[in-house]
Amino acid sequence: MPIIRVEQVSKAFQVDGRVFYALDRVSMEARQREFVSIVGPSGCGKSTLLNLVAGLLDPDDGEIALQGDRSAPRLGRVGYMPQRDGLLPWRRLLDNLTLGPEIMGRDVAIARERARSLLPLFGLEGFERSYAHELSGGMRQRAALLRTLLCEQEVVLLDEPLGALDALTRRTMRDWLLDIWERFERTMVFVTHDVDEAVLLSDRIYVMSPRPGRIVSEITVDLSRPRGEGLLGQPSFISYRDEILNTLRESSA
Amino acid sequence: MIRRRLRQLWPSVALCTALLCGWQAAVNLLGVQDWLLPSPVQIARAGWQAAPILCPHIWETTRETLAGFALALFVGLGLGMLVDYSSTVRAAVYPLLVLSQTVPVIAIAPLLVIWFGYGILPKVIVVALVCFFPIVINTADGLQSTDAEQIALLRTMGATRSQIFRKVRLPGALPAFFTGIKVGITYSVVGAIMGEWVGASSGLGVFMLRATNSFRTDWVFVSIAVTAMLSLMLFGAVTLLERAALRWYWSSRRTEEWEEIR
Repeated sequence: MPIIRVEQVSKAFQVDGRVFYALDRVSMEARQREFVSIVGPSGCGKSTLLNLVAGLLDPDDGEIALQGDRSAPRLGRVGYMPQRDGLLPWRRLLDNLTLGPEIMGRDVAIARERARSLLPLFGLEGFERSYAHELSGGMRQRAALLRTLLCEQEVVLLDEPLGALDALTRRTMRDWLLDIWERFERTMVFVTHDVDEAVLLSDRIYVMSPRPGRIVSEITVDLSRPRGEGLLGQPSFISYRDEILNTLRESSA
Repeated sequence: MIRRRLRQLWPSVALCTALLCGWQAAVNLLGVQDWLLPSPVQIARAGWQAAPILCPHIWETTRETLAGFALALFVGLGLGMLVDYSSTVRAAVYPLLVLSQTVPVIAIAPLLVIWFGYGILPKVIVVALVCFFPIVINTADGLQSTDAEQIALLRTMGATRSQIFRKVRLPGALPAFFTGIKVGITYSVVGAIMGEWVGASSGLGVFMLRATNSFRTDWVFVSIAVTAMLSLMLFGAVTLLERAALRWYWSSRRTEEWEEIR
């Protein structure tokens, strides 16, 4: 049974009396411990899809089921990492990390201990008492991911988590993200417009068309794990990448 | 750090000193009479002599100011949150708030004396009337300006409306709230003095009126100086409180200065 199932979901928005169709009968799913990417051009409704799964929005049409349950509210049941890090500027790092358990009424002391023990893995050791503005861009994203993981949800939704980083940081963060996913054994849904990133990280990739967003192709990436930067030049990697790029080109033509 | 502070401070200190010296010299050289315009030295001397009489008046005004400001804080914070809570309340109350600021306080003050007598209450109300507006507006605006992404994040964690308010919106509104307080507190002492002018038996406003009526121009200047100092002290206290409460805010706004060594 897929842990997330999105069936024929449509969503439209209204701006100044004009209607925008963000998603048009989108279906997708993610199985347990799968890494699923959603690739598409900017403004194709990728983030809307993620917000729908998280429960921030409700579909106009169609259904979304978490763990087979289509009626229960979704808020509070998936880990969500917003596009920018969403760290609260008045909280020190450790207090930001334990925000989830605090909101959910879990034992904050235990969460703090767990956060503390994970700091080295996230490259945040020694910054327990730092404010967000004192951290570098990469550190902020890693902190945001750790905060998301500490919510202890099966599913983690990532909305272009590497989008705001410079190219160099982005490359190291990619490998690091793979490592984290393998260690934590979560189901990840990853939104991006970077095709290389999607192929490198994912088990499966959904390719979306420009607005109104539709799924134009679903690709299973059959590359052995663990993967790393070295994969980028190999023929199998390049053929996946070209396939996706061609699909994107055709759908936007 | 301290050197930089000094460097920021000395121009204003120098300008003030120059102005006072100019004033002193002008009065001495032109032979202006005391009752028309006393010199700074005369004012300082008068202040020293009047200190025993002045102290109870200062205390009275301080009391009125603090009580009035506390009332303004209470009402301002409450109204600010109420206006934020519901858009209907916002639509209903906002125009009235603006209207309340167009009514001259000097016209209301005598009415307050008629209604509440010559005690401390009318002055407290005048102070509150003068101060609460910037507090309401800034609190409401601060609450409205919350980062949508942070709210979305908390919602995905299953946060209730009250959790979102306490953990994101309220702390996020604090910088704006303090801005409102700082604007309000600068008006507060003047508000108390206006209240005293209409009818009181003690306070800086009373002292000022008596000094004017008896042509003690030096005492008028003394009370002006005391008013200014009182306002500055209150403003300074709020600023210190703000720095302590908003460490994160000030440290995020501080920019490092890269200076050439030579």
